[in-house]
Amino acid sequence: MRLLKLVPDDTNIDFLKWRKLASAMSFILVAISIALVAVKGLNLGVDFVGGQSVRVEFPQAMPPIDEIREKVSHIGLGEPTIQQFGSDKAVSIRTALPEGDKTVADRAGKQLVAGIQKAFPTAHTGSVETVSGKVSGELISTGALSLALAMLGISIYIWIRFEWQFGVGALGRLFHEVALTFGFFAVTQLQFDLNSIAALLTIVGYSLNDTIVVYDRVRENLKKYRKMEIVPLLNLSINETLSRTVMTSVSVMLALGMLLIFGPDVIFGFTAAMLFGVFVGTYSSILMSTPVLVWLKVGPHSFVPRTSAASEGAERIQRKDDGAVV
Amino acid sequence: MLDFPRWKTIGISIILLLGILFAIPSFLPSKTFDKLPGIAQIKVNLGLDLAGGSHLLLEADIDDLQKTQLANMEKTVRAAMRGERGPDDDIAIGELSTAGGKISFLVRDQAQLDAARERLFSETQGAGLTGQRDWTIDVVDTTRIVMTPTAAGQKQAIAGAMDTAREIIDKRVNALGTREPTIIRQGDDRIVVQVPGLQDPQQLKDLIGKTARLEFRMVDPNADPNEAAAGRAPVGSEIVPYAEGANGSAPFEVLRRQVMISGEQLLDAKQGYDGQSGQPVVNIRFDSGGSATFAKVTAQNVGKRFAMVLDGKVLSAPSINEPILGGSAQISGSFSVASANNLAISLRSGALPVKMTVVEERTVTPELGADSIRKGIIAGIVATVAVLTLMVLVYGRFGIYANVALFFNIFLIIAIMAAFNATLTLPGIAGFVLTVGAAVDANVLINERIREELKRGRRVFQAVELGYSEASRAIFDANVTNVIAALLMFWFGSGPIKGFAVVLTIGIVTSVFTAVTVTRLFAARWLHKTRPTTINI
Repeated sequence: MRLLKLVPDDTNIDFLKWRKLASAMSFILVAISIALVAVKGLNLGVDFVGGQSVRVEFPQAMPPIDEIREKVSHIGLGEPTIQQFGSDKAVSIRTALPEGDKTVADRAGKQLVAGIQKAFPTAHTGSVETVSGKVSGELISTGALSLALAMLGISIYIWIRFEWQFGVGALGRLFHEVALTFGFFAVTQLQFDLNSIAALLTIVGYSLNDTIVVYDRVRENLKKYRKMEIVPLLNLSINETLSRTVMTSVSVMLALGMLLIFGPDVIFGFTAAMLFGVFVGTYSSILMSTPVLVWLKVGPHSFVPRTSAASEGAERIQRKDDGAVV
Repeated sequence: MLDFPRWKTIGISIILLLGILFAIPSFLPSKTFDKLPGIAQIKVNLGLDLAGGSHLLLEADIDDLQKTQLANMEKTVRAAMRGERGPDDDIAIGELSTAGGKISFLVRDQAQLDAARERLFSETQGAGLTGQRDWTIDVVDTTRIVMTPTAAGQKQAIAGAMDTAREIIDKRVNALGTREPTIIRQGDDRIVVQVPGLQDPQQLKDLIGKTARLEFRMVDPNADPNEAAAGRAPVGSEIVPYAEGANGSAPFEVLRRQVMISGEQLLDAKQGYDGQSGQPVVNIRFDSGGSATFAKVTAQNVGKRFAMVLDGKVLSAPSINEPILGGSAQISGSFSVASANNLAISLRSGALPVKMTVVEERTVTPELGADSIRKGIIAGIVATVAVLTLMVLVYGRFGIYANVALFFNIFLIIAIMAAFNATLTLPGIAGFVLTVGAAVDANVLINERIREELKRGRRVFQAVELGYSEASRAIFDANVTNVIAALLMFWFGSGPIKGFAVVLTIGIVTSVFTAVTVTRLFAARWLHKTRPTTINI
């Protein structure tokens, strides 16, 4: 049986040729993403803004959104945010919580459900979420903290395992991915909630997988071809790992694609964000993660055993590594 | 690298076998599962987002707790100064104030200052490990005693109150007859209540949101209705409003401050019906001390009215027609059967030591949860089949090895989750699918490397050996970074992020084992048996 090859053998593509173009494009895309988040804003779920959200299902076709909005705003909890939910029979209706003492929130919940039931007697209300302002503030800060710490922790690990240039490259790449994904949320206005943070963290982890595979090959080649110029060496490393990058990305995107099409609508946004992140990650592991190594002047000397006493331990590890190669 | 000693082969086989054994109960329908012997009853829990149910986050009102604490200490101070041996033992005090969270009062006779301090000292306790006390007692301006709660004391009081609150909420939720509720403390001042299968959380919220501080107090017969209407009560009395829906003739009652009996003296509370009106009521029984007090007070006050006060609201204020001697009473006040039952449960379980309010609520209907599971499983199967097919198409025999390893991987993840009684949530399913996608990455790396080494002209054995050893370094680094991300998610994240992190961490560990070790075992056995000179990869 002839096996399928997603990438032909012995590719020799000069990826680094496009490094300025790719970096400029990434820079512009990151800027656009930040601008979009600033201007359009994220469609924050109740997890992060507080408030209440009720899922309402209609037995037959749904009344027009404007009619729902009109009727719900009469309940007296302010202007609602109404969002279609997967099928054309379900919506999520979100309102703010009134100011006041804590019991107000509870009463507002009853008021909303009762109001919806009165306005649409055939509709089925279920899956209520209420998050107070205080809790949502904490969820934002823990979410942001776990994201920032994950990025930092991973970069430190890479710095220790490789060299500082690689750590910087990884951090830059992570920032790129996270920024673009935020931009994705701003453009699509998919709800940004706790699940989205989980999606972002996964994108961070996945990108790192890619970065490390490429960096590992760069490190190996730096030791193998001492005399080679850095640009051709990086090109060689990317080409050597290209079939792996494509194969893994295709299989992960395949899995996520199936989840997007057949999976529960509750995690549609979550899956969409991850799919986008894997797509961006594949692009950046090919075109984004190496230019920074050129600029930060990584060369064979980065991994040459130093003779100072301080790095004797490192030297020993180095030799052991070399021994494994041959 | 390709030599597997016998013990290693056996070890790996045992792990895989255990994985399958531990995973099986999770796939069984619940009827079959219940028939299993106890030791085999381990399975993956489904999160509320999948099974349906309610999640409530309750927060204690710490200000209220501190106020109560201050009020209690004020009573303690007054009682201590009254003395045990009659009026001549009293220490006269004045200008008592509780402003600013401190208790401050004047000792009239300066000579008794030390004695007063002594008495208070025995009323305060040690708090924390450092031997600090829960209140500090200072003398100011030679006549004034100021008592301040210490930080350690406050902390201990909050911790104690939260423990008690958790126990009481536990009793209340269990009294509802719900299945497997989870009630845990979170942080310093919060309690999480999760009840699977509960669709309407309103009853639950009514039940656990109630402090259930029950008091029996006399109605002040001397109160002037006009004065009371203007919000002024006689000395020793106060104005207490009626509870919503309770049909009192006036919107409030003027009650004596002194509590004749409180909820702590209850023995039991049950929902019942009033003999005459047929209305739902709560029947209560007092303990022996409570019965005696109740009998004494009612005998002295025949013809007068007393009030039953719940959480600062009057439920009803009946007249005492005759002394109530049996130690039981009936609480009436426009109840429905459900609300009477709720009150009975709340009274039985005792009063919450601190007011709790719902700050977060998530309810998922069981239908939606079931729909999510069904779609999640379908998506999981389709995704797995797609990835498996791709692997075989691209890597042939080695793709099949990777696929078999992937199956073991899925079983192992489920087995470990079941063994730790972990909870599978919706993002967890996504994490699962992602692990399936990413688990192949390790095999992709290995197989690509084998291809490369073959291209360089190495022999089959050496190529496979180098494929595994060279790829292992990148696999290790890549997975450690993912574990770092997952651990940080677990520590700092909340709710769904945690569930996702658990599946991811377990998945990373098992996928490295299956994708690297297990496939290598397969490859090694095949190579040793057939000794091929070329391989199709």
